[in-house]
Amino acid sequence: MRRYVLSRCGQAVPVLFGVTLITFLLTHVALGDPVRAMMGQRADPEVVARIRAEYGLDKPLWHRYALYMGKLLVGDLGYSYRQGRPVSETLAERLPATVRLAVAAMVVALVFGMTAGIVAAVRHNTGVDLLMMTLSLLGISTPVFWLGMMLILLFAVSLGWFPISGYGDGAFGHLVLPALTLGALQAGYIARMTRSALLEVLRQEYVRTARAKGLKERVVILKHGLRNGILPILTLAGIGLGDLLVGAPLTETVFGWPGLGRLLVAAVGNRDLPVVLGATLLFALIYLGANLVVDLAYALVDPRVRLAE
Amino acid sequence: MSERVRRGTERSVRGLFPGQWQWSPGMVLGSLILLFFGLMALLSTLLAPYDPTRIPEGLQGFSLLPPRGDHWFGTDLLGRDLLSRVLYGARISLLVGIVVELVVTPIGVIIGLFAGYFGGRMDSVLMRTTDAVMAFPALVLAIALTAVLEQPGLLSVIIVLTAVRWTTVARLVRVQVLSLREAEHIAAIVALGAGKGRIIFRHLLPNCLAPILVAMTFGVASNILSEAGLGFLGLGIQPPMVSWGSLLAEGVVYLTAKPWLCVFPGLAITCTVLGFHVLGDGLRDVLDPRLRS
Repeated sequence: MRRYVLSRCGQAVPVLFGVTLITFLLTHVALGDPVRAMMGQRADPEVVARIRAEYGLDKPLWHRYALYMGKLLVGDLGYSYRQGRPVSETLAERLPATVRLAVAAMVVALVFGMTAGIVAAVRHNTGVDLLMMTLSLLGISTPVFWLGMMLILLFAVSLGWFPISGYGDGAFGHLVLPALTLGALQAGYIARMTRSALLEVLRQEYVRTARAKGLKERVVILKHGLRNGILPILTLAGIGLGDLLVGAPLTETVFGWPGLGRLLVAAVGNRDLPVVLGATLLFALIYLGANLVVDLAYALVDPRVRLAE
Repeated sequence: MSERVRRGTERSVRGLFPGQWQWSPGMVLGSLILLFFGLMALLSTLLAPYDPTRIPEGLQGFSLLPPRGDHWFGTDLLGRDLLSRVLYGARISLLVGIVVELVVTPIGVIIGLFAGYFGGRMDSVLMRTTDAVMAFPALVLAIALTAVLEQPGLLSVIIVLTAVRWTTVARLVRVQVLSLREAEHIAAIVALGAGKGRIIFRHLLPNCLAPILVAMTFGVASNILSEAGLGFLGLGIQPPMVSWGSLLAEGVVYLTAKPWLCVFPGLAITCTVLGFHVLGDGLRDVLDPRLRS
């Protein structure tokens, strides 16, 4: 196990390197000359030259990348043009709301997705199966933000059950609609995966044995079927975290949710590039971290994974 | 070349043409849905009851009308007919979805073929690059790139989506090539002394076509959703051009008071994407025998 952990972490290093290289290059394409961008075209050339030297902008590209990495390692992402304070501070402030939303959405996705998948598999080739699969197909076909709008119209405007938007100081009611919105896509994928994984397992002989020895159907499905079919579902949920992050900018914009996604969108509007690139990098790091954890968890549950390495 | 080898390759290519298919229900339904929206886009100039950009005289009487006889989908703030705008929007949304996929697929195929066939250092460099791009949630990277490109518009949407979406096909093709490399008929061709180019393009590529076609179908759906997302955030198509995403961006301001402005463009996106998903599922059932139950 220890060897697997080490090798898996080792694999993450070049990717991490690539990710920082991409954000670094974006910074440079974007800014062209960051000092000009900050000070405008009419700045005194001498002052510009001095600041350029101060920030190391007169150095070759690889040198600047090294400087950039050096700063990154101590968590320095530069200053926001708009807010005049460190980007890392702004990001840290917005991160909890996004994490809260993503976790809630994942719970929604797992609960609804697995339930729908199990029901569809148990009632294979019936109207219920068709209904569940149609619903999950709708879940993966509906644009996240449009679903959010429709949920607002139905549950907030017409029925008045939940608030239309906002964070509400963390009140639970404010979390429900955004979490449903963001979780729907994943619920669709998980339902499809659960159904096919369970159908596969239920064909196995040990399931027939379980039935033959007179176990209740519920026990057969949940203990013998689901437990053996759950691994691909967990992997999918891990990958799905990436999709949740994709949906975050859209969902947060629809619901006025004060998270990273909305910060990113607002920063693009304000042309606040350090914030844009800082948030982009943070999204990638969260995604990589989550995938690492899922892979390690997978190896912990299934010895075949770590032995194959 | 041995008869068996040649037949193996030919069959996989010929299998891609409709006459050879058993049409699955999914393919029929998906094709019908897409035919409907495709015709809508192609014939939008004929079908649209009004000019989608025309602001009627006597604006007050036409602004934000709810759906009714002469405006089936209602009108927007400037009195423009929403049905006409949704019809014209279909052109841009489908165009972006399909063009991006047509650009992305050859890029991904070449990268995947090279990484899978040559292996070694070429494989590591190409795949670590793919991993790095994939580490960014696609829409987040697309948003960041849009910020960098300065001028949002049709071209920037296509460029940005191309930059983030080639990875799926590259991975898919690589995995396919890795397993094919071990296959008997490829080994036979190598033994017959075929050149690298011939092996890659005449024998490996044709055998990858079926999964590529399925991936393209899902890819277009994904591109349409991404375009809508960018458009909704105001980072996509800019006026006077309309796409379904930009219509939603205009409509969301009036979401609670004039919901039809959002309902219709959103329905159009959902149905089209649904069509591609149904078609993709159907294609996969037919083309991938392993999944047939």
